[in-house]
Amino acid sequence: MNGAPLLEANGLSVAIAGKQVCRELELSLTAGQSLGVLGSNGVGKTTLLHTLAGLRAPATGEVRLQEMPLTQLSRRSVAQRLGLLMQQPEDSLPATVLETALIGRHPHLDFWRWESHADVAIARRALRTVGLEGLEQRSQTALSGGERRRLALATVLVQDPLVFLLDEPAQQLDLHHQLSLLGLLKQRVESAGRALIMSLHDINLAARFCSHALLMFGEGECLQGPADAVLTAENLSRLYHTPVNAVSWPNGRAFVAG
Amino acid sequence: MQPHPRLLIWLPALVLLALVAFCLSLGVGSTPLSPAAVWQAISGHGDELSRMVVLQLRLPRAMDSFAVGGLLALSGALMQVLLRNPLADPYILGVSGGAAMGALSALFAGLAGLWVNGAAFAGALLSILVVFALAHGRGGWTPTRLLLTGIAIAAGWGALISLLLVLSSGPTMQAMLFWLMGDFSYQSSDWLPLVVIFAGLLLWLPFARHLNVLARGETLAEALGVPVRPLTLAIYIGASLFTAVAVTQAGAIGFVGLVVPHMLRLTIGGDHRRLLPAAALAGGSLLLVADTLARSVAAPRQLPVGVVTAAVGVPLFLYLLNRARGPL
Repeated sequence: MNGAPLLEANGLSVAIAGKQVCRELELSLTAGQSLGVLGSNGVGKTTLLHTLAGLRAPATGEVRLQEMPLTQLSRRSVAQRLGLLMQQPEDSLPATVLETALIGRHPHLDFWRWESHADVAIARRALRTVGLEGLEQRSQTALSGGERRRLALATVLVQDPLVFLLDEPAQQLDLHHQLSLLGLLKQRVESAGRALIMSLHDINLAARFCSHALLMFGEGECLQGPADAVLTAENLSRLYHTPVNAVSWPNGRAFVAG
Repeated sequence: MQPHPRLLIWLPALVLLALVAFCLSLGVGSTPLSPAAVWQAISGHGDELSRMVVLQLRLPRAMDSFAVGGLLALSGALMQVLLRNPLADPYILGVSGGAAMGALSALFAGLAGLWVNGAAFAGALLSILVVFALAHGRGGWTPTRLLLTGIAIAAGWGALISLLLVLSSGPTMQAMLFWLMGDFSYQSSDWLPLVVIFAGLLLWLPFARHLNVLARGETLAEALGVPVRPLTLAIYIGASLFTAVAVTQAGAIGFVGLVVPHMLRLTIGGDHRRLLPAAALAGGSLLLVADTLARSVAAPRQLPVGVVTAAVGVPLFLYLLNRARGPL
């Protein structure tokens, strides 16, 4: 899809604890594109996502949101257009499921405003989308791991950003919810002009739901391009230090280890 | 949240509770007065004696204890957000220890009255600064680091306090123990705590939605556009100063700051736009009732009010905790 990029990284170098995450990385994401980030544990996928979200400063280079450097935008203005799903829930005080989802409206509300009925309707719709209908008044601590994951995803849906940055969105989800929720995101990205970057450990989910892929080999070495071109048995074997084979089946390709 | 239906019930209910607590406090004592007599005295009628009892003796003390209770509950609610820990109370970061050290040093030196208050406030400020400097260290603090620093400093103050108690004797030691338990019988300024609590509420209420977001986690709050660093710093300083003012007025009264915000989280929920005003009203009312009991139950002897807050609060809290459905 054409148009001005929603999110760009120019000459982005990121390091954490003396370890290089990426070097001189160039990224450009336009509306309708979804980028899958793959790499072994500890290679820096989360660090990269947090840098793209503006939560940490890069060593060099810059991140641009709709052609404006993140450093020149207020946190609130960033949050209106860029949403982050974190890999792990943080320590938090007790709250209900509905209250937690409503938090996603925060960047869109004026300083003095309370959430309106329309905001509550948005939150309820998102909870319905992720299959948490009927649990609105439940304490969020009473949810299972997978339900909590879907609640976090619902909060990002309530935030309704232009750019989704999702850190392992499929983690803890059962097969049905992996497919339905990633399918929903893909559809939203393609039909509503959004862009998406997500880290994944499941190559097949990346092949199925991502238009582009970024492989992180460690030591700052990255490889990116259209998913079809980048996700090959050879690249993936090198990425995971494990033999990976591609098998054809009627609906496309699938990858199996060993 | 849209103005929740329960808000419409709870706010007037808590205001009513506060008014009842005031009536009780102004009426009860060695000269019992009916609510009508109290009202006459306040409105400038009634006889000389009841006017003097109400306006000069009981009202200042009632305002003081109400404001102190409100400040402690408000501070507790803020500390719980700061540390994302429902076990946090106003004293957890060592403010009361610093204040106690100041007050006890003054008592040890044979000082009294406003000197004790001044020394307590100075001690609290010292403790706030020390914890801040140590926890902040090289940029940024985490809740855990802040908590551990605060607890370590509090333990240090505790040891010094024990040392002072051991070194002193007789009436000085009794005065020290009373101070430590929390006590309103000292001379104190009437208006300062009330002014601080009103100003504090006015300052914090506009940011209550930010507190709701921060309560869900620091990184999430940052990602949702909350300026986390300035906000957490403001909470630390704000909550510590509320505690410092409260402790300076009446010593380290336990329990109110931990349990009132908790009881409210269990009953009216965790939205700080409701929780902060509710905490101020409920904390104030609880301490006002407790102080009224403290000075009247064993009259003419006065009990330390901290003993009474525990006696009233512990059963109430345990009841609510057991009644709450599901895990916290």
